[in-house]
Amino acid sequence: MVEPLLLWRRLIGAQIRSQLQYRLSMTLDFVGSGLISFVDFLAVLVIFHNVPRLDTWGVREVAFLYALSSISFALTDMLIGHLDLFPQLIRTGNFDVLLVRPRSTLLQVFGSDFAVRRLAKAVQGAAVLVYALSALDLHWTVWRAVVLLASVPVGCVIFGSVWVVGACIAFWTTDGGEFTNAFTYGGNFMAQYPIDIYSAWLRRFLAYVVPLAFVCYFPALYVLGKPDPLGLPRFLELSSPAVAAVAALVAGLVWRFAVRHYRSAGG
Amino acid sequence: MRLDWEIAKRGWRRYAAYPWATAAGAFTNTIFGFLQAYILLAVYRHRSDVGGFDARDAVTYVWLAQAMIMTVYIFSWQELALRIRDGSIAVDLARPLDPQRYWLAFDLGRAPYHFLFRGLLPFVVGAIVFDLRYPSPLDALAFVVSLTFAVVVSFGVRFLYNSAAFWLLDFRGVMTLTITVVLFLSGMVMPVRFFPGWLRDAAYALPFSAILQTPVDVWLGKRDGLALLGFLALQAGWAVVLLALGRFVLACGTRKLVVQGG
Repeated sequence: MVEPLLLWRRLIGAQIRSQLQYRLSMTLDFVGSGLISFVDFLAVLVIFHNVPRLDTWGVREVAFLYALSSISFALTDMLIGHLDLFPQLIRTGNFDVLLVRPRSTLLQVFGSDFAVRRLAKAVQGAAVLVYALSALDLHWTVWRAVVLLASVPVGCVIFGSVWVVGACIAFWTTDGGEFTNAFTYGGNFMAQYPIDIYSAWLRRFLAYVVPLAFVCYFPALYVLGKPDPLGLPRFLELSSPAVAAVAALVAGLVWRFAVRHYRSAGG
Repeated sequence: MRLDWEIAKRGWRRYAAYPWATAAGAFTNTIFGFLQAYILLAVYRHRSDVGGFDARDAVTYVWLAQAMIMTVYIFSWQELALRIRDGSIAVDLARPLDPQRYWLAFDLGRAPYHFLFRGLLPFVVGAIVFDLRYPSPLDALAFVVSLTFAVVVSFGVRFLYNSAAFWLLDFRGVMTLTITVVLFLSGMVMPVRFFPGWLRDAAYALPFSAILQTPVDVWLGKRDGLALLGFLALQAGWAVVLLALGRFVLACGTRKLVVQGG
């Protein structure tokens, strides 16, 4: 278990050092990335300029969802990379190189695409979280604090699992890399809003098939002490870690299945 | 003119070569369309009119925006900047067609491909599931004109941030900042009509709204008669101003250009 982590740290470390070589570019990139993700929060503010509540949700509560989703998304993006470049590996046939190395292919893909600028999204997410928490006037208990702290790593595992499954599509459609965007950016966008505003079919799909509702919505209900507008069983609010474990297991199995069926595109 | 046509055909074919990429993109646009449509419909559970848009207008806006997102190429375009950075621009400048005209022709060939193959599918899905508003024949015609202007305005903006590469080795920062402004002020993330009054007026006065909000307003028949003509004229005016500015920047950049490696 330790050895793969060391390997991952090495892969990432090299990329951090190389990106810090160009300080000015890095800074501009960092500021730009922070601002471009902040546009999504502006959208939330624009909505609440027009209405005081979105069904039962106020601006502070949606800000809380937004912050949780942004932070989990950004950290996942930092830790495993965007998997954006992954379809390119398949298309060019460079995935073959990963296969001959005596290390996990998934780990090599995770370590291959690291960008310091992605931290910027987490920073703006954290800023929104501070705003939301200070404005919300929450009644804190130990368990609520625990759930809040745990929801970030748990959210990362769920996001990561969904992305891996999404990226596997590239094994079959070599130039269909953009499918992953529906899972990555789409998942993030979806999780920023309370799922009860979506129509029933979409909501069920998101809650039970692609378990993105467990990234923010259910943990948020618990932390905010908010009764579920959908009236779903209370235990769902605490089941995110279990869902994350299942999601990771499924993602691992799908990845192995896909790799076994990989037919190199390169000559 | 014949040359422009040939280049435009290449612009079309470049993207037509990757049908799966098109399908994947259309799928992603459809997902985003559903999410945004339900979010806006939640707003309309509390009120019936926002800035002159009713619920049906808003949902139509959502699917038009998803259909147009690639047509007007809102996300990063950096082909020119990459050619400036690696010095290939020197070859381009020696061609009988200057880079601005070349890339504009290319872009006007690309846009109809994206409109038909990236845009139509999400829109049809949206039209099946939701109750959308459709234009009168005259507004439909005006929409096509407006959409063409929108592509040129967007191209004008993209050409400018790409030209930054003449001065900056790393143009990404400028590009990201510009895209941020375009995303918000064009009405891509939220309709400009939802903005608070002062911001809304500012957004309508700036060229960015001509990239998305203007064609949407035209489709929805929000202007008619002389007002419609004035609306289109303003859009065309921005296209001309941005192209002129691009030409000026290109001239300055060319004068300062130093191609690495002699």
